[in-house]
Amino acid sequence: MMNRQGRKSGTGGIAAGEAPETFTGHSGLDHVEPLIFEIGDNAKTGVDLPAPGDFTPALGGLARQQPSGLAGGGLPGLSEPEVIRHYTRLSRKNYAIDSGLYPLGSCTMKHNPRLNEKIARIPGLSDVHPLQPISTVQGSLKVMDELAHWLKTLTGMPAIALSPKAGAHGELCGLMAIRTALEARGDARSLVLVPESAHGTNPATAALCGYGVKSIPANARGRVDLDLLKEALDDNVAALMLTNPNTCGLFEDQVIEIAEAVHAAGAFFYCDGANFNAIVGRVRPGDLGVDAMHLNLHKTFSTPHGGGGPGSGPVVFSEALAPFIPLPEVVSDGEGLRLREHPGDGDRSFGRMTAFHGQMGMFLRALAYMYSHGADGLRQVAEDAVLNANYVLAGLKDVMSLSYDGPCMHEALFDDSFLKGTGVETLDFAKAMIDEGFHPMTMYFPLVVHGAMLIEPTETESKASLDEFIFALRSLAEAAKAGDTARFAGAPHLAPLRRLDETAAARKPILRWVPNSSVEP
Amino acid sequence: MRYLPLENSDRQKMLRSVGVSSIDELFADVPEAARLDKLLDLPLHMGEQEVERRFAEMARANHCAGDGPFFAGAGAYRHHIPATVDHLIQRGEFLTAYTPYQPEISQGTLQCLFEFQTQVAQLTAMEVANASLYDGSTGCAEAILMARRVTRRNKAVLSGNLHPQYREVAETITQFTADELEMLPVSPGEPGADLAALMDALDNDTSCVVVQNPDFFGHLQDLSGLAEAAHAAGALLVVVVTEVVSLGAVMPPGEMGADIVVCEGQSIGNGMNFGGPYLGLFATRQKFLRQMPGRLCGQTEDAEGRRGYVLTLSTREQHIRREKATSNICTNSGLCALAFTIHMSLLGETGLRQLAMLNHQRAVELKAALARVSGVSVLGEAFFNEITLELRAPAAPVGETLAGQGIIAGVPASRLYPGDPALENLLVMAATEMTSEADIAALAAALAEALA
Repeated sequence: MMNRQGRKSGTGGIAAGEAPETFTGHSGLDHVEPLIFEIGDNAKTGVDLPAPGDFTPALGGLARQQPSGLAGGGLPGLSEPEVIRHYTRLSRKNYAIDSGLYPLGSCTMKHNPRLNEKIARIPGLSDVHPLQPISTVQGSLKVMDELAHWLKTLTGMPAIALSPKAGAHGELCGLMAIRTALEARGDARSLVLVPESAHGTNPATAALCGYGVKSIPANARGRVDLDLLKEALDDNVAALMLTNPNTCGLFEDQVIEIAEAVHAAGAFFYCDGANFNAIVGRVRPGDLGVDAMHLNLHKTFSTPHGGGGPGSGPVVFSEALAPFIPLPEVVSDGEGLRLREHPGDGDRSFGRMTAFHGQMGMFLRALAYMYSHGADGLRQVAEDAVLNANYVLAGLKDVMSLSYDGPCMHEALFDDSFLKGTGVETLDFAKAMIDEGFHPMTMYFPLVVHGAMLIEPTETESKASLDEFIFALRSLAEAAKAGDTARFAGAPHLAPLRRLDETAAARKPILRWVPNSSVEP
Repeated sequence: MRYLPLENSDRQKMLRSVGVSSIDELFADVPEAARLDKLLDLPLHMGEQEVERRFAEMARANHCAGDGPFFAGAGAYRHHIPATVDHLIQRGEFLTAYTPYQPEISQGTLQCLFEFQTQVAQLTAMEVANASLYDGSTGCAEAILMARRVTRRNKAVLSGNLHPQYREVAETITQFTADELEMLPVSPGEPGADLAALMDALDNDTSCVVVQNPDFFGHLQDLSGLAEAAHAAGALLVVVVTEVVSLGAVMPPGEMGADIVVCEGQSIGNGMNFGGPYLGLFATRQKFLRQMPGRLCGQTEDAEGRRGYVLTLSTREQHIRREKATSNICTNSGLCALAFTIHMSLLGETGLRQLAMLNHQRAVELKAALARVSGVSVLGEAFFNEITLELRAPAAPVGETLAGQGIIAGVPASRLYPGDPALENLLVMAATEMTSEADIAALAAALAEALA
């Protein structure tokens, strides 16, 4: 009998302990799953709709030809049970927070509460159009107003723009307000300072805002070098973009001096709030001299990452920047809440970041999270996140190489010097973690240390979970040092797939399915 | 606190392991002046019931679309979402995964993205599509930036009938870049005038013309002539589609000669959610691939020769290229893209066409019913599921009056174009498969009364 690859299934004997070659190609719970285009059918549908009645179309002669005759064929459909099975099987090939510790530094992969999902689906809040009459959306505006109040209180900042769609969009929002404020005082500046350790979005955003980028080196303690920063600050610098706690997992302990130096030069202090989870309830960025900071609701405030979005990136602002923030804005006018959607006379708002009002579905989740924690719980979040990271740091520092002395904040940074001479690289080490049942840590970022490994456990891991993680990493570090390189070179061995050829993917991109193009599944 | 696994006894043990006596020692790097030593002035933690109670109260202060006849569109549309879609996107393996940077343990997300990219390319009749952007409006701005990179020209011409908030976003995003925008005037009653103006505006500096189809007022147009004119002038044609269901019934932009297609994909699989999160679809020609913004998923093989998928061509992206990246985008709209893909897999070509024709039929019926109302004239002849009415009185107060009767009548143009007397009486309305005959009858009667 031939299997789907057209070869005979393994019928010979198998050695004890060895996995058999299966007829189907499936491997127990892990199924080989074809593409929807290989199993679906243009004529099939999994939705029962009433047939359109007899009427005269008014499409102006622009009806789509059916079947479309496009290269690539038509869109395949499947019945409901087939769709459920297809996507359920695919889902099982994903690692997720729900299934295990996800220590991606700088990404804050914390538990995503299901209450948030329930709240976001209340019809009275989800089945609402963004342009309904204002009198009919007072509840939605109240949600936005509440969220704004909580975020302003937590950050100690007086103004907020809720509309940015994600962190990078928030960065752009912040920098645009800065540039607008500078231009309003007739001050054309051309440069943004960004520490070496910054996220890639920071320089990319500065460029989109028309600024050149100058990199500021870190000092031996993994912080911004204050002297070099002062040297770089002049009347051509528009802003410093600084992540605090920084991407080495360290609090910038000279942040107040940094803010003073930036302000003394007439520039603004933009803080990348990606790591706010470490300090929520314990430190207000407004007390550090920050002028603008985005908050990743999908990090600190637990909205799900969803396999790469949607995020949400509200930006808080200082008094100095408040007049320039984008619209819309929720305001109270005595009779209730309303949306200020258009600039009035003399308005200095820099514009609009997106159609409509922002990621409302994420606002609901984030607010449900904040209500659940309260002022007390949020402070505990920061404390537990920092404690968990330091516990991991303490458990690993004798077998792995810590880049900077602790204590760290919410994430611990290691470099690859402990692997020197073992033949094992950061990538191999991280891939071996997959075989141990963990998602790898963030690798090769930040760029300031060699072969970086950035571990952020978050506050939603138990002590038992951290202990298992620490023991697993210790055993891997010891295996590497003991010369057990086979374990690393081909890792992962136990994932749905082995390492993938990314070079081939980029050299000859195949970005969509076309008939008969597929290699054998 | 139900989300925090550590007990005080754990915390004490762990502090000892770390070698400190209190949590405060771990925050020693925070300057003393900035340390908060007490709780902020916000409520304390709440149980699930209390949280639900608070949100239920806020929900009651809304009138939601399901509460009565509903006709709002203008870039966000009310469609039915099969229960399967919402079930599958809530599987924790999809919901709580990060961007698939580790392909060996992210094949679920990656294969879905590959399916998504293919569906978007097929739907728009384009060669390649990315793995999504934030939404249609930001996608439109990205298309303008991309057209400059492709053509090395910097003047984009924007149709007067492009969604006004898309125009505002484009203006905002390009205000500090090398792009210049030429904004054509609004022509709600004469779509042909807009097309003619776009053709006239083309010159040797034009990077692209940006046109919406159906346009903001619902008019459908053949863009083939504009595509030819744009190409003859060395410019790109950017087509924006805010109602993606229309592509089930209407000739796709790729067949009209579009070079970049941007859609708001919310209508398939995603609810209105008061404006977000939505889903930017972005498709183009193969030859412009390397100037495309956003993530891309590509097919490859693993070490044992098995087919698999990875994020690819990331040398365009910010985490590699930093200030030289094609865009600053990092997060996209992954879960919304998944909802789109699942819904599209349920529909298939057959279901999508049925859905689209049902929408169109409802709009035809809506137009017929409203054309009989005294004081109403319907603008335009060719449309999909959205039409614009010219009322005998300003539209916003009429909309408020009907809202008071539980009818969301549509979006007054003045909401988006304030202070333009020529547009004050216009009401933009959509009908979808959710619209019933009774809804249409109730609207027509209420409108007749309000205008009497």
